[in-house]
Amino acid sequence: MNGTVIGIAGPTVTVDLKGLRLYEIVLIGKAGLTGEVVRLERDRAVVQVYEDTRGLAVGESVRGTSRPLTAQLGPGLLCGMFDGLQRPLEKLLERDGPFIGGGSSASLLDSPREWHFSPLKAAGDLVTAGETIGQVEEGAFRHLVNAQQDGVLADLAAGSYSVCQAVGSYSDGTPITVCREWPVRRPRPCRRRLAPSEPLVTGQRVVDFLYPLARGGTAIIPGGFGTGKTILEQSVAKFSDVDLVVYVGCGERGNEMAELLEEFAGLDDPWTARRLMERTIVVANTSNMPVAAREASIYTAVTMAEYFRDMGYHVLLLADSISRWAEALREISSSLEEMPGEEGYPTYLASRMAGFMERAGVVETLNGSIGSLSMILSVSPPGGDFTEPVTQACLRTAGAFLMLDTSLAHRRHFPAVNWFQSYSLFERGMEQHFSRTVAAGWASARQRCRTMLQREEALREVAEIVGLEGMQEQDRLILHSAERIRLEFLCQNAYSEDAFCAPERIMAMIDALLDDHERLEGRLAAGETLEAALGGRELT
Amino acid sequence: MRLSEHAYCTVSTIRGPLIFLDRVREVRFGEVVRIIPPEGEPLEGEVIKIDGDTVLVQVLGETGGLDTGSAVIFSDAVKRAPLSTGVIGRVFSGSFAPLDNEPPYIPERWGPISGAPINPVARARPQDFIETGFSTIDALNTLVRGQKLPIFSCAGLPAKEMAAGILKNARLTGGGRFVVVFVALGLTHHEYSYYMDILEGMQGGFAAFINRAGEPVIERLLAPRFGLAVAEYLAFCHGMDVLVLITDMTNYCDALREVSTAREELPGRRGYPGYLYSDLSSLYERAGRIRGLAGSVTMLPVVTMPEDDITHPIPDLTGYITEGQIVLSRELHQQGIFPPVDVLPSLSRLMQQGIGTGRTRSDHRQLANLLYRHYARGRDLRRLEAIVGRDGLGERDRQMLDFADVFERELVHQGEARRTVAESLDTGLALLQRFALEG
Repeated sequence: MNGTVIGIAGPTVTVDLKGLRLYEIVLIGKAGLTGEVVRLERDRAVVQVYEDTRGLAVGESVRGTSRPLTAQLGPGLLCGMFDGLQRPLEKLLERDGPFIGGGSSASLLDSPREWHFSPLKAAGDLVTAGETIGQVEEGAFRHLVNAQQDGVLADLAAGSYSVCQAVGSYSDGTPITVCREWPVRRPRPCRRRLAPSEPLVTGQRVVDFLYPLARGGTAIIPGGFGTGKTILEQSVAKFSDVDLVVYVGCGERGNEMAELLEEFAGLDDPWTARRLMERTIVVANTSNMPVAAREASIYTAVTMAEYFRDMGYHVLLLADSISRWAEALREISSSLEEMPGEEGYPTYLASRMAGFMERAGVVETLNGSIGSLSMILSVSPPGGDFTEPVTQACLRTAGAFLMLDTSLAHRRHFPAVNWFQSYSLFERGMEQHFSRTVAAGWASARQRCRTMLQREEALREVAEIVGLEGMQEQDRLILHSAERIRLEFLCQNAYSEDAFCAPERIMAMIDALLDDHERLEGRLAAGETLEAALGGRELT
Repeated sequence: MRLSEHAYCTVSTIRGPLIFLDRVREVRFGEVVRIIPPEGEPLEGEVIKIDGDTVLVQVLGETGGLDTGSAVIFSDAVKRAPLSTGVIGRVFSGSFAPLDNEPPYIPERWGPISGAPINPVARARPQDFIETGFSTIDALNTLVRGQKLPIFSCAGLPAKEMAAGILKNARLTGGGRFVVVFVALGLTHHEYSYYMDILEGMQGGFAAFINRAGEPVIERLLAPRFGLAVAEYLAFCHGMDVLVLITDMTNYCDALREVSTAREELPGRRGYPGYLYSDLSSLYERAGRIRGLAGSVTMLPVVTMPEDDITHPIPDLTGYITEGQIVLSRELHQQGIFPPVDVLPSLSRLMQQGIGTGRTRSDHRQLANLLYRHYARGRDLRRLEAIVGRDGLGERDRQMLDFADVFERELVHQGEARRTVAESLDTGLALLQRFALEG
């Protein structure tokens, strides 16, 4: 099927090709730019191009591919860094040099690397679609190769294969490969969905202790610029207790991605002591890369994450930042001349967002194992104003809200998670879980810690008016202890040994602080002055 | 490829800076056109939309005097910049015409002005610092090669003097060829003559692109792209370390808004187009270093915050893209402190990679942290002092108040003097010692 370009307005290209389907991928012009059909009208189609259209001429040819935007799923994904269309960036670097030009095609399938395939079925076996017929090992991961159709296996042999070679075939001649394709905008199926019940340990004290997350849950981290969204996301990526992390740099800084790669390459996973990169997939679509590919990047990433979930792994998807995705959606919508909603965002922003976030969850997979996909998304509200549409749309579906506070960041209190406005819907369940698995006192320690922080807030206002000297000793003690909780417990330096804190240590730390407070309270009650009780330690 | 230039006389509509042409064939998106008015100089334009054989052209320049009979010549190429090391020491207008009465140089090659994104895996982490001569930057918010660090100013604050200071004083301590690309957008005549004096006083080592307030708005969108195309060329083809100083990005964004409105695009916050973020990052993200190549592009844009409001879309979106910010304060300026940098909201995210043993000094990080912490404490106490009075404070707190005052007067304030990073750090150390705070 061939046609020609008849109109161009930025990334939106009109073509006179008939017989296209909605969301089909088309290749445009001599350069072969990739685009997606977003609207069909009588005898023309509107295409959203994923690359820079500058220099494209009217009259250049257009070719349909008869398939939607898909992700390649198979061995070779780990340690990888891809752009929003799942093109391996290392490959692009080899081929095109340090700058990304238009029309480069590269995919996972180009890799000549061979993988060892071990069959679990033999020639002559009758298999049904979805049944596991063999496996491939990649590092610590086991890729399951499932039957794509019902039928009898004609042959299936162990050996080393590259991802596009056939490892066997069905009796009707259809070849079997270890690599699968899946349309990124369609959620992958599962047998049934389960409720999140296990904690997602992040190693961040303020999160695990005050606002715990659950495997299969979603959380958002909104914060103005300079509040440490990226550092928090990266810390979570490094230390979370999951099998695999998919990190999407969505419309963010290029230097940050370079930093992430360099840093991750030198680190070990604290849970398995393997190299951190061996459990990480990075999708990078920096802010100056084309907008339409930015919109697609989170779908590409979530599809890869679901692929691993379906093999019974616990997967965490981190996106930094979902606001840039929403802005890409807005740009595309406005270039299609759709009716705008609030602040120019399309009215389907909230439903698209919910559709995306619903892909998180704990599932029983098609072959009966349990896997989970959790999501932590950062949000960059303009002007740090949380009433804007993206934050609000996220709030409707997110299970936890970790609000980053500009005033804490200015005081260099990191992670700058506000302990009054943040919340987690998983807190009850996780509290019970930690009380069972870590320490029986977990729930009560949490309560005492929160009370103390609340008292501090009230007392601080009093202190502003009457001055510290005018306050009661007990109240000054609370200010003292709360400050220690803030500085020694809630603050966590992402660049030190303290960057990761296991739940057992969380409990030990908070216990020590609360005990200290209780002991001092006792001495005050016995008539000692605060100065004497503190024994020369500096008062704040 | 078309064999020759095509000329059309089919202008149907002229509206502000936009002209529509009918019955045009095989035109490229972004193609550069020349428009021949009935009288006077030819104008340049760019194809910004094609719908069948109807083409929308944005004119770079004044459209007054055009008529529907004007000829439009299509060049079959997108906008390119002439690239050569001959650009060093020269001053150009926003449309790359020489302003220094010298002839244009012979380009070694032509490069597209919008550039291509750097592959994230090709990027090298920014490192090694650039000395600006200002203590508040060098000691406390270090600028690193490959970084983009904006200066957030307010109307009436001496951002101009600060930019000029950096223009004159910036240097690389580690050696290497260092060039400043200076891009000035929407300059008033007063500012123009000020900067021209500075440039004339410099012995080369710069390339300047200057657009004046009275010149076409669209040139304000082109000048930074020319500047960056030149910077990328010098950095990645000739291994130079290039510092791009752009003043003032607020004029750039206003120009973008003006053009966007003329195109009847949907306005976003405060009338700025919804793609302001993507557009700004297409400039800012061109800063960086590349693995295996010697040079670097570092960016120091100046942003004047309208209404002194840091949440205004321009500083806000800039802050989301750049790696930190230097914030100027009206209060400090009123006390006669120059540069009036407010250290507390200022931040250099990449500082860590620029300082320490082998780069600046081993005690740099610790000194900077101590200075920041004590100054922050002193500033906090000022609010308390306003309520309870100085006498209501303890001895230690009174000392911290004094520290904050001296910090502003001696470390932040430096007037016209240039300080090396060692001098800046020594000043800070002396300050801590005087208050016995160095522990």
